[in-house]
Amino acid sequence: MNTSSSTAAIVTRGLRKSYGDNLVLDGVDLEVPEGTIFALLGPNGAGKTTIIQILSTLIGADGGEVRIAGHDPAADPDAVRKAIGVTGQFSAVDNFLSGEENMILMADLHHLGKSEGRRRAEELLEQFDLVEAAKNLPSTYSGGMRRRLDLAMGLVGAPKIVFLDEPTTGLDPRGRQVMWQMIRNLVAGGVTIFLTTQYLDEADKLADRIAVLDRGKLVAEGTPDELKKLAPGGHISLQFNGAAELESAASALGEMARDDDNLILQISSDGGVKSLRAVLDRLDHESIEVETLTVHTPDLDDVFFALTGHSTTEKETSS
Amino acid sequence: MSTSYAVHDSMTMLRRQFVHMRRYPVTIFLVVVIPIVMLLLFVYVFGATLGAGLNAGSGGRAEYVNYVVPGILLMAVALSAQGPAISVAMDMSEGIIARFKTMAIARVSVLSGHVLGNVISTMLGLVVLIGVALLIGFRPSANPMEWLAAIGVLAMVSYAVTWFSVGCGLAAKTVESASNLPTPLILLPFLGSGFVPTESMPPVLGWFAEFQPFTPFGETLRALLMGTPMGNSGLLTVAWCVAITLVCYLWSKRLYNRDPSP
Repeated sequence: MNTSSSTAAIVTRGLRKSYGDNLVLDGVDLEVPEGTIFALLGPNGAGKTTIIQILSTLIGADGGEVRIAGHDPAADPDAVRKAIGVTGQFSAVDNFLSGEENMILMADLHHLGKSEGRRRAEELLEQFDLVEAAKNLPSTYSGGMRRRLDLAMGLVGAPKIVFLDEPTTGLDPRGRQVMWQMIRNLVAGGVTIFLTTQYLDEADKLADRIAVLDRGKLVAEGTPDELKKLAPGGHISLQFNGAAELESAASALGEMARDDDNLILQISSDGGVKSLRAVLDRLDHESIEVETLTVHTPDLDDVFFALTGHSTTEKETSS
Repeated sequence: MSTSYAVHDSMTMLRRQFVHMRRYPVTIFLVVVIPIVMLLLFVYVFGATLGAGLNAGSGGRAEYVNYVVPGILLMAVALSAQGPAISVAMDMSEGIIARFKTMAIARVSVLSGHVLGNVISTMLGLVVLIGVALLIGFRPSANPMEWLAAIGVLAMVSYAVTWFSVGCGLAAKTVESASNLPTPLILLPFLGSGFVPTESMPPVLGWFAEFQPFTPFGETLRALLMGTPMGNSGLLTVAWCVAITLVCYLWSKRLYNRDPSP
């Protein structure tokens, strides 16, 4: 294929997949440079898991071209498998083996040899803070610990590319922070990360580049800042007690949007203290009573809504 | 993937299987406990009456022990095939299989680990079962070579039915249905010459018994252990085992390699 520089870890062109009449992926083009974090963002049912399954050689594509670390998964799946590590949405650990036994199993399957395998397993258990629980079965683990074991197992073979399918779904805020830090550490070590997420802040905080997937098609691709520019700006929402107040505030401040039924007025603002104070001073001066005030800075939720016309929380058929 | 890795990976998966069996010891129950109960039941409850029908009516409990043990051994082998159907179906319902499929390992090693694990534990279970049979009056006439051949036949049958069971485990939609699929297998030793001579059955059943694989399996074991005439049952046993193994291996491999449903 006539793509890209030699430094692309993952390339897809016109990737297509359907299950029966259900078109899941409709021509997806992706390019992920080596040593970066790429986030595929989309709601449930957008096709994120299907893309990971194809890129990680679990299922075949119906059409399009794929190169993972320079190899075609359809022609030479084992060459791709040697280059990747996968952590699934549903924990891929052996529940009848302890954490340590799971790690040793992975080491054996990577043909590391007994002493090297042990060393690698111990090193990763240490790195992922699982040493104390190493002898216990995963059924005794917390959600965060299972996810960390899952990730650690995917790293035993020292993969160049790591796929993470919704790595923090179901984790508590602290668990997410820990997972994020571990992902950043991996990239610092030169690994390429391809992750899917339905959390916009996760893509924003972690990724070098983000692609937005909606119903099997990419609707946008760029850096977090580039994507945020696509969204309408931030605003202040003011709610009033009566129609009269709403009316006078609208004429005093100018309006961006108003909702007469709920007595809400939206004024554009960068969300900064200065502009907020200016608005409040103006309202004071006109003696207009405000019931509630909320400040809204643009985030990727706005981006998603602007790009697709529906919000990320709209559930479709689960993937 | 080279052959040496296929062997290496299969051994790794076999070790995994042994740990599973230690923590979820369903096989011991299937291969040891149930057949011993059945053996005692057939010998001490039905034995005198069933034995009376052997040797033109001159038999008894002592003859019946010698007649029924090969049938019980085969029933134990058929019972043990429930194990891999359940364990494979359980494996398939877990994310770990998806992980194995995205690793550069010999693909079939996951399944061959299940198969080898089950055959080995079945053979160990049969040793215990034969010990109990000897204690209650089983008196085989086999010399060491014939013993070795009998063990070989049991291992071959176990290998074949275990591949069948693995296919059932892969084909099943749920773990519950997986445990039911190989059940007809347990009936086969009964619907053959395992427990009573086929001549004593109604014509249709007798005809079925004559041509189903467990009859030559049982006749071969009986010939090796008790010195009854072998006829062509030895040849039939090898042919059946090779055919079942080959078909079920290819069937299992295809099921394992299919894309997971969305």
